[in-house]
Amino acid sequence: MTTTTDPTTPRDGRTGDAHGDPAIQQHQRGGLATALTDGWTLGKRNLKHFTRLPRLLIFSTIQPVMFVLLFGYIFDGAVRGALPDGFPSYLAFVMPGIFVQSTVFRMTQTAVGLADDLDKGVVDRFRSMPMSRSGVLIGRTIADLVRSMAVIVLMAIVGVLVGFRFASFVGAVGSIAIVGVLGYALSWVFVWLALHVPGAESAQSAAFVFAFPLSFVSSVFVPATSISIAWLAFIARNSPITAAADAARGLAVSGPVLAPTLKTFGWSVALLVVFIPWSTHRFRHVE
Amino acid sequence: MPIVHPEVVVTRPDTVLRVTAHPAPIRRSVRPDVVPAIEVEGVTKRFGDTLALDDVDLVVPPGGVVGLLGPNGAGKTTLVRVLATLLAPTAGHARIFGHDVVEEPQVARRNLSLTGQYAAIDGLLTGRENLRMFGDLLQLTPSSARRRADDLLERFDLVDAADRRASTYSGGMRRRLDLASSLILPPRLAFLDEPTTGLDPRTRNQMWEVIRELVADGTTLLLTTQYLEEADQLANRIVVIDHGRIIADGTGDELKDRAGGITVEVLLADSDGAADACRVLAAAGLDPRGVTAPTADLEVPTDSTQGLGTVQRVAGALQAAEIGVTDLGLRRATLDEVFLQLTDRLPTDGDEPDPASSGNGRPATNGHRR
Ligand SMILES: Nc1ncnc2c1ncn2[C@@H]1O[C@H](COP(=O)(O)OP(=O)(O)OP(=O)(O)O)[C@@H](O)[C@H]1O
Ligand SMILES: [Mg+2]
Repeated sequence: MTTTTDPTTPRDGRTGDAHGDPAIQQHQRGGLATALTDGWTLGKRNLKHFTRLPRLLIFSTIQPVMFVLLFGYIFDGAVRGALPDGFPSYLAFVMPGIFVQSTVFRMTQTAVGLADDLDKGVVDRFRSMPMSRSGVLIGRTIADLVRSMAVIVLMAIVGVLVGFRFASFVGAVGSIAIVGVLGYALSWVFVWLALHVPGAESAQSAAFVFAFPLSFVSSVFVPATSISIAWLAFIARNSPITAAADAARGLAVSGPVLAPTLKTFGWSVALLVVFIPWSTHRFRHVE
Repeated sequence: MPIVHPEVVVTRPDTVLRVTAHPAPIRRSVRPDVVPAIEVEGVTKRFGDTLALDDVDLVVPPGGVVGLLGPNGAGKTTLVRVLATLLAPTAGHARIFGHDVVEEPQVARRNLSLTGQYAAIDGLLTGRENLRMFGDLLQLTPSSARRRADDLLERFDLVDAADRRASTYSGGMRRRLDLASSLILPPRLAFLDEPTTGLDPRTRNQMWEVIRELVADGTTLLLTTQYLEEADQLANRIVVIDHGRIIADGTGDELKDRAGGITVEVLLADSDGAADACRVLAAAGLDPRGVTAPTADLEVPTDSTQGLGTVQRVAGALQAAEIGVTDLGLRRATLDEVFLQLTDRLPTDGDEPDPASSGNGRPATNGHRR
């Protein structure tokens, strides 16, 4: 795939006739390959940011660990009786749920990070370079996916330490993966949001307005069947969050697997098909 | 390729309006067989109520440096951003080497590089990581990207700071890294938006050197600046923009000639006597103005035919009034004065009325001032 740029070929390119410098070699890649390599280049950049801002690193790991402990110890006694069969404790029920919930909230950071970037000069340089159209957005969403997967693994370890048990190793990996799939799709929704709401602060607020009801009106904390208000129950039953929580729960502990997994994939593909092109188009026209 | 000499020119901070403008642009002949590096046709850009660019036309043939000069808010950055494909014009067309910035932005981008007014680098990455990242994004092979980063760090005197985060760089280092980032692939056309603002004289001279090297290598350059000396030093063509309109276009000499200003400058033995001296000269039928500059306390406008006569009259009147003079001479308008006069701005002292502002032929439809 790598070829040396031939300086004698008249290219309508960046080097022009006068500038062909044989010492500078470029890859010749197609559109999708460029988008992915640019995405990876910028994803690495975003992950470096993350490790260089210890503040971010600490807060984004303390909070989910705190959640695991709170749910495991505080709510256990009150709700244990209302749990479906197969769940010996509230921790066993809620753990896969908070994988999803935590991922949804982690992905709101996609909106914040992108809005932040758009205020910085460096994105102007990206946009004036002949790089792929979606590279900046792919880089952002990839980095946030890696981050949220790392946080979930950390939560799982803490969970196991306080008594949570996965049904199997495959179940553990599968439940984390299915949450990652939906999380990645949702991060594109937050990309879209950041491109329509100017400024990091307002992007953050808007993302929360979106993330809160989405994660609570679902089977994350309680079985969807236990919601008594009919229209809320309807939303909860059909929410992508419920699908992912049920799938993760089925894989990690017990319950149905196939139907919620298919539903999660369906939702994810639908969100990606709508929001990737829409956001990419929008990104090119932000001024 | 014009040879320009590196030398530091001291600007006079306080200058006075006193010449009459001719805002009609100088027409340049354009060779039809050469694709222009930049072609701007009737470009207008509106931000809400603000008319940032108002029907701008500009053709820049390949090669050389065009200095885009204008006061704050004139529309320089807006024009550069339209040309760099970052802003779509409200009306009109812009082409880079024949490629429309709206229709074919990716092709246009391959032919240009932008160094914006504010450093477009990533502060959390080191200088080297920044250059590597931009190299990767330009699809350089890993070894090329590494070598290119090393070369540029060397060339821009950043080797010692290469592995420090860019956020710890001084303003001058940031600017150098920023410029280096835009030169990873030698561009055919480079935009530099105020490349030397805020730099000390030594760093600025370094910048100028780099700019001259770029031009010697065949890059066409559009450089915005508020410093006339910089435009005079670097550019073989100066385009003056104000209120989103091009109000003058020519070489530095042409602009000075068109402004046509010659003055008799007088440096008094006692600067506090400037008001008295002005009264004496006014009584002699002259039109003196007090100025605060290191080389003169007052000046009297004249023109090339009457210059020597005015010198005689000034000298005679001051001698008769027994006012001590340490220096007296004829001086041609500086670009600073031309600039101030063209852009209709008053000197900041506030002690000068503005007799030249009326009837200097500025276009009647102005953009909104900030
Ligand atoms: N994004 C924007 N939204 C609203 N107004 C804008 C925007 N960008 C520029 N303007 C306005 O357009 C006009 C021209 O601005 P521009 O930045 O092009 O000036 P400039 O010549 O670069 O000035 P300076 O020397 O201060 O950098 C100004 O009145 C400015 O307020
Ligand atoms: Mg500007």
